[in-house]
Amino acid sequence: MNLSAETRSGVLIVHVEEERLDAAIAIRFKDQIRELTSSATSRVILDLSQVTFLDSSGLGALVAIMKALAPKRQLELAGLTPNVEKVFRLTRMDSVFPIHGDLSQLASGDVRHAG
Amino acid sequence: MRAERAQAGSASPDAAEGRIFHTSFPARPQAVREALRAAVARFARLMSADEAGTFELILAEILNNVVEHSYQDAGEGTVTLSIVQDRRGLSCSISDDGVPLPEDCLRRVLPDDPGRPRPDNLPEGGFGWFLIHDLAEELGYQRDANRNLLAFRLPLCPQKENA
Repeated sequence: MNLSAETRSGVLIVHVEEERLDAAIAIRFKDQIRELTSSATSRVILDLSQVTFLDSSGLGALVAIMKALAPKRQLELAGLTPNVEKVFRLTRMDSVFPIHGDLSQLASGDVRHAG
Repeated sequence: MRAERAQAGSASPDAAEGRIFHTSFPARPQAVREALRAAVARFARLMSADEAGTFELILAEILNNVVEHSYQDAGEGTVTLSIVQDRRGLSCSISDDGVPLPEDCLRRVLPDDPGRPRPDNLPEGGFGWFLIHDLAEELGYQRDANRNLLAFRLPLCPQKENA
């Protein structure tokens, strides 16, 4: 499970450096994100631009993370690839996550590696 | 007997070769990943990126369901995946020796079906069968001699590479 995190203008950005968010990885993903975001104070943006495959288990993990962060902290998503975007559209879960295009417009901050 | 079979195999640059994909593997998440990778790789040249995504998603949801529910008591078992290419697309079948599939899973679901997970309830599960029903065509199920057989079709648009 490869994740890296950085803070830009007070927003915690987590880059998901995995090609698949699927049943094989969903629980580990949920646990590691939860650990990584424990110190987050407001917004958390997950950069999914490297994820090319998402199944319903991966989607369930994202919902669980969103619920764990609420109500004080909001989970947002960025960089959805076409097949990932399709799963959000088919399940209509694109209506509950704030979804951004990509992160390139945000200024770069210090990156720390999180395993 | 053995010689005959070997001869038959080597003598036929069989037209069916490459059109049939067949694999059996342990009902475990990592093995599902590998089977999906192999199946997508085999038929990738026949599909657009969008069709490949749909194909992988349907198979993943069906296979994940087998892994999670079919062998609940035994704890382990085998899944068999067979895919045949024909002129209109792919025919897929998935079989296992686990517990019968609950009838609810096979109920045809409409876009406004009340059983669908509602986004505003922030559901963490229950999406799998809806995705399967939305994306797969001619979904069928048969329970036969303690074996589950689930089959579906995925129509494909002709690709340029598919000469």
